[in-house]
Amino acid sequence: MHALWRLAAVAVAAVCGIVSAAGIEDGEKRSGFDFMAPATQALQADDMSNPGMLWVLQGEQLWQQAQGRADVACSGCHNDARQTMRGVAARYPAFDAATGRPIDLAGRINSCRAERQQAEPLAPESDALLALTAYVTHQSRGMPITPATDARLARFRDNGRRLFQSRIGQLDLSCASCHDDNWGKRLGGSVIPQAHPTGYPLYRLEWQTVGSLQRRLRNCMIGVRAEPFAFGAAELVDLELHLMDRARGLLIETPAVRP
Amino acid sequence: MARTLVNVPKVAKQGEVVEIKAMIAHPMETGYRIGPNGSNIARDIIRRFTCTYNGEEVFSADLFPAVSANPFIAFTLVATTSGTIDFTWTDDAGKTQTASATITVN
Amino acid sequence: MHEDPLRAYAGLVGRRQFLRAGMTGLLVISLPRWAVARPSLDEAIRTFTGGANVLDGRVRLDLPPLVENGNAVGITVVAESPMTEDDHVRRIAVFNEKNPEANVVVFHLRPRSGHAMVSTRIRLATSQVVVAVAEMSDGSFWSSRASAIVTLAACIEDLS
Ligand code: HEC
Ligand code: HEC
Repeated sequence: MHALWRLAAVAVAAVCGIVSAAGIEDGEKRSGFDFMAPATQALQADDMSNPGMLWVLQGEQLWQQAQGRADVACSGCHNDARQTMRGVAARYPAFDAATGRPIDLAGRINSCRAERQQAEPLAPESDALLALTAYVTHQSRGMPITPATDARLARFRDNGRRLFQSRIGQLDLSCASCHDDNWGKRLGGSVIPQAHPTGYPLYRLEWQTVGSLQRRLRNCMIGVRAEPFAFGAAELVDLELHLMDRARGLLIETPAVRP
Repeated sequence: MARTLVNVPKVAKQGEVVEIKAMIAHPMETGYRIGPNGSNIARDIIRRFTCTYNGEEVFSADLFPAVSANPFIAFTLVATTSGTIDFTWTDDAGKTQTASATITVN
Repeated sequence: MHEDPLRAYAGLVGRRQFLRAGMTGLLVISLPRWAVARPSLDEAIRTFTGGANVLDGRVRLDLPPLVENGNAVGITVVAESPMTEDDHVRRIAVFNEKNPEANVVVFHLRPRSGHAMVSTRIRLATSQVVVAVAEMSDGSFWSSRASAIVTLAACIEDLS
């Protein structure tokens, strides 16, 4: 009896495996916004009460500040971000020829800082880096995610998909176990969203501050009792690539608010 | 770099009641959290918020640790004359941050 | 199939929440020191009113009944008042039942406020009662209370 039951479980697991490989149907794709309580949605919707706007505003000021040995501001080369940065975040991560790897938006901003401004790179999750990233991404708010088509990215995106589907941690769960197979269900008081990267950097009520997509991914890894990848790790950028691909067509919301 | 966001209507009619919103980036550290080293993280909060209209105090608030990080306050004022509306936030250490906006009343 | 690991995850969150409690200092079970030390809701209100009688009515407190995350709960308090020199709201105070401190915020209003209407965002350590008290220019006090059920987020970060 027991053995039979176990056999059935294995069969179900095999079927589940096929289902989860298919992921979320296009028509069913929904931003994390849709899973939030009305009060949290209202917080995001009003720029005058959305705390994430404080970082966007700081980013706007930093954009104009001369920095580093080159003593030049972002605006010195890129002029008005409202024009030159429009749509950029919607296609990141992009291929970085210098390293032969994908680079995410925060990485690109830091590389401009190091190489063009000749200034110290900004620390991961520092207010300044979050502010600049939020400001640049905000220029794409309302635009659909359109992942870069560069063929050199394919191999890294595939690795991201593989990571998304691999079981990790003491709980032996993959990202897909929750976000492909169980989205919409409740888990310890919160709804499992589909894990779309539409709002980052975003203001998370739990953090009481703005954080990056990498911080969010590390949170989920810690949640299943796995050792999280370090900030800036290649694996996190590969995961970001896969998440953007999965979210193709959804609109950028930055700065979003999440519980 | 002060990080504040204030919203005051640019134009209002004489006698109109207008809504004012004010927000500031601040951790509002409660003093009750315990840091990684096992000891309490020192309290650091905005204690007082004031709003003046052409120099006269028209609204203020005393804040306690139960006010959320990055405090947000919305209130109303009667638009009387054109001029400046100033905002001041004072923290535990007595340090102040300010913001201001102008309003045209006709 | 996925039910069991998910439940295990939720259980784990429960433990983490508990660990984290030391950090946020927001759960009553974690820090009995302040739980014992803080004045009760009624004591805190009495301190504010100087012992005056508090009447029901003339004040409305909007608080979402179900809160997704206790770190930022939007509230609005409205008091009925003509807001004239002779008859206006002087102060509006907000108190909570179960945070480490009973006081939340005190707003000081003037006739020039036009309306007695204020909004802010507050922290709620756990499900509890919140009370708003308005002090009128004639020295009377009016109040309104509401309660909120607080559910916390699931994916919790380590302290480091
Ligand atoms: C000295 C000139 C210079 C400065 C200063 C500079 N950049 Fe750049 N930036 C460039 C050039 C050139 C490129 C494109 C070539 C490349 O990929 O490096 C670029 C690329 C970028 C991109 C990617 C655009 C895309 O379409 O993929 C972003 C985002 C960016 N910069 C942000 C910033 C920010 C934020 C700052 C200020 C912290 C900054 N840059 C400062 C010259 C500069
Ligand atoms: C046990 C279930 C579970 C697993 C496994 C899991 N997550 Fe999550 N994830 C959640 C929940 C629940 C949330 C919603 C936020 C919260 O309340 O914690 C979330 C939120 C997210 C978000 C934020 C979406 C938004 O709208 O901003 C992203 C992105 C994400 N997860 C990615 C991942 C990745 C990548 C992995 C694998 C490394 C993963 N998650 C593993 C449960 C899970």
